[in-house]
Amino acid sequence: MSEELFPEPEWLSEEVKTGTTIIAVTFDGGVVLGSDSRVSAGEAVVNRVMNKLSPLHDKIYCALSGSAADAQTIAEIVNYQLDVHSIEVEDDPLVCSAATLVKNISYKYKEELSAHLIVAGWDKKKGGQVYATLSGLLTSQPFAIGGSGSFYINGFVDAEYRKNMTKRECQEFVVNALTLAMGRDGSSGGVAYVVTIDKDGAEEKCVLGNELPKFFDQ
Amino acid sequence: TAVLGLKNADTPTGGFSFENTRRNAVLEANLSEKGYSAPNARKTGTTIAGLIFKDGVILGADTRATDDMVVADKNCMKIHYIAPKIYCCGAGVAADAEVTTQMMSSNVELHSLSTGRPPLVAMVTRQLKQMLFRYQGHIGSSLIVGGVDVNGPQLYSVYPHGSYDKLPFLTMGSGAASAVSVFEDRYKPNMELEEAKQLVRDAITAGIFCDLGSGSNVDLCVITEKTVDYLRGYDQPVQKGLREGTYRYKPGTTAVLTKTVTPLPLDVVDESVQVMDTE
Repeated sequence: MSEELFPEPEWLSEEVKTGTTIIAVTFDGGVVLGSDSRVSAGEAVVNRVMNKLSPLHDKIYCALSGSAADAQTIAEIVNYQLDVHSIEVEDDPLVCSAATLVKNISYKYKEELSAHLIVAGWDKKKGGQVYATLSGLLTSQPFAIGGSGSFYINGFVDAEYRKNMTKRECQEFVVNALTLAMGRDGSSGGVAYVVTIDKDGAEEKCVLGNELPKFFDQ
Repeated sequence: TAVLGLKNADTPTGGFSFENTRRNAVLEANLSEKGYSAPNARKTGTTIAGLIFKDGVILGADTRATDDMVVADKNCMKIHYIAPKIYCCGAGVAADAEVTTQMMSSNVELHSLSTGRPPLVAMVTRQLKQMLFRYQGHIGSSLIVGGVDVNGPQLYSVYPHGSYDKLPFLTMGSGAASAVSVFEDRYKPNMELEEAKQLVRDAITAGIFCDLGSGSNVDLCVITEKTVDYLRGYDQPVQKGLREGTYRYKPGTTAVLTKTVTPLPLDVVDESVQVMDTE
């Protein structure tokens, strides 16, 4: 009887997941990262404007998905480790180093953690790079997508990605992909955050809901 | 050197002690064999909220603590002190929220003595979430941390598994859904003090009326750069009803047939007075 009279909402005890769409794409001279902004706990949205693109260093960002606590903690730890590393080598860290640090944590604790981070940035050795670190693997790819919403746009990104896009084309590609995923995935939504990184630094932008491109929506 | 009365096992190691878990597991197994169940940890079943207004931060909370379906405390304090300009509302398991905030308060004081600076709200949030992540969600406290520091007014929410959000308005607890709807409707940035107090009061009241686990009074805590105003019992949206008639029977309504008096020889051994908070 007590369960029916005072049913405690499940989201009170459920872990907070980011239930997300994240994407990172390289272009000639840098990378563009994009994410949605919805954080859910069960069926409730607990934060509708969370920026899931977290800086690891000046020109290296990572995109968070999966368990919010795990992802935020990994990003914070790697941010600290990269700080120490860049002081030791007396130079800006390589994107590969940042991705390796993330991979080390994701692999060592793969049974305990459930977060997937995409690491992307620009360094002077190899330019713009994107690394996927799902479950502790480490691959460099021209582009990567992740999160629950990514399943809906696999076909779209495979069809629409072209090598050697310009910065502007890349940003449009990212915003289009995010819009389509947010339209179909219940766990993604809100606004779109876009970060563009090139040799001059990182530029953050927020595209509000009503500024997103319109697709077939009936 | 021998210390009178202290063995090695008695030196405190700090942190949580899990010595009793094995005993509890055995007890629970024995109880369930006989058909009983172990008592549950008391949840606060709460509505807590916070918002940022023009001059600072306002935190609000209801004052009901529940034990399943019984109100265990009609007027408990859910807004806890962390530092002179930083306060924290706690929801979830009552003991976890209480002890976590007390631990944070002492850590924050030590840290700010070490740095020689007043504490930052971000620092409190970081310590909280690192501790909660370490315990992987087994400490069931959801907290809203709000305060004013050198970077201005800030508001963070921390979840039991260790994730955090930084937002201009927040609600948590079982009544969060009711309270956040009031905020989503009427929140504007840079509100004036009275308008903001009214909005937080209305949000908590929505939780009190629409959530069974929240009730009694509204507590507010207004933190600005210059002052902290802890308004305990700011509002009582639910007044105790007045009895319409008298329900007493006149002496003599029931006839007394026999009366036997047996004096019991008792001595008063000890007398102590414990004041009950009935308001």
